[in-house]
Amino acid sequence: MPQQLGKTLIVMPAYNEEEAVAGVVREVLGTLPGITCLVVSDGSRDRTVERASAAGALVLELPFNLGVGGAMRAGFRFALLNGFEHVVQIDSDGQHNPESVPKVVAALSRSDVVIGARFAGEGDYAVRGPRRWAMRVLALVLSRIARTPLTDTTSGYRGAGPRAIALFAENYPAEYLGDTIESLVIAARHGLSITQVPVSMRARAGGVASHAPFKAAVYLARAGMALLIALVRPITPPRSVTA
Amino acid sequence: MNAVSYAFSIVASLAALGVVVERLRRRRLRERHAVWWLAAGFAALVLSVFPGLLEGLADLVGIQEPSNLAFFASLLVVFVVCVQYSAELTDLEDKVRRLAEESAIATLRLRELERRVTGHQGADDAAVRRPARGVAAGPGGPTGPSDD
Repeated sequence: MPQQLGKTLIVMPAYNEEEAVAGVVREVLGTLPGITCLVVSDGSRDRTVERASAAGALVLELPFNLGVGGAMRAGFRFALLNGFEHVVQIDSDGQHNPESVPKVVAALSRSDVVIGARFAGEGDYAVRGPRRWAMRVLALVLSRIARTPLTDTTSGYRGAGPRAIALFAENYPAEYLGDTIESLVIAARHGLSITQVPVSMRARAGGVASHAPFKAAVYLARAGMALLIALVRPITPPRSVTA
Repeated sequence: MNAVSYAFSIVASLAALGVVVERLRRRRLRERHAVWWLAAGFAALVLSVFPGLLEGLADLVGIQEPSNLAFFASLLVVFVVCVQYSAELTDLEDKVRRLAEESAIATLRLRELERRVTGHQGADDAAVRRPARGVAAGPGGPTGPSDD
């Protein structure tokens, strides 16, 4: 278990998460000794920065809200500039169990991108109704593109190896759903290998995911559009970092 | 077309050109944004002075009502300019995003360096280790957001 966690960076995008962030940071640092935890405050207007910092995390403070994708690219840039070899993204609301991080990091020795999948048999997380169908369709399409079976393509629990970090530090979409769907397409089209490992999830601390059919349809439409645009985009080779 | 409408169309296109030139002169408009408006204003002026030209052009492309050609051309110009602005906006958003990232990374680095220089010990645990190189990752101290 104590593999290369010293070169692993946990990145947590956080937007106004003062309630949960400190607990999650402490849990991460307690569960994974030797790991570095970076909280990217995405233009938070509450005490997220102080709480995360007091809990022992490094904090990147974006001056305004860029969305999850924007926060993640900042995290990838930080990882690249500071020589980290693995980045594992975890939600700051406590939904993701840090005990699965070593599993994700272990999988990164074989693949460039690892998705922590929620429906792969572990944990007690379930989504029902139209939103589940929408996610199924997405998973099917993305599995074809990534040439590997994927069941949970919108999971925010994911790991990136050195090649993926270099790519994502330049090339991580900030659009809605870009951080999950388009980033996978970008990785696949740049020839990175993608795999998924089952991770355990907990029910969300606050807020309930929507199951309304209309919202699911809108979600699928936006996802489909993100997917189509991602597929026709020209491939840009990652530039070298200019620090 | 009577004399009043003839004069009116000339005055209108002169006024449009005047607004653009004046903004250009006072540097309130950059040349690359102004070029479409200048072209459109100039075309409008020429067509106002020589209305026969518009009729000839309309005849050439098979449009019966010359004013429809004028409307179509105006819409085309507005469309092109709007698309150009959307593209510029996207470019600007990308640049702002990059700056925000750089600023956040530089702020974190500065904070950690300051902590090292002043030898300030964070009040909290030392669970945060140093990354491989670059920024020294000291323990996260109780420094708030540095909006100073």
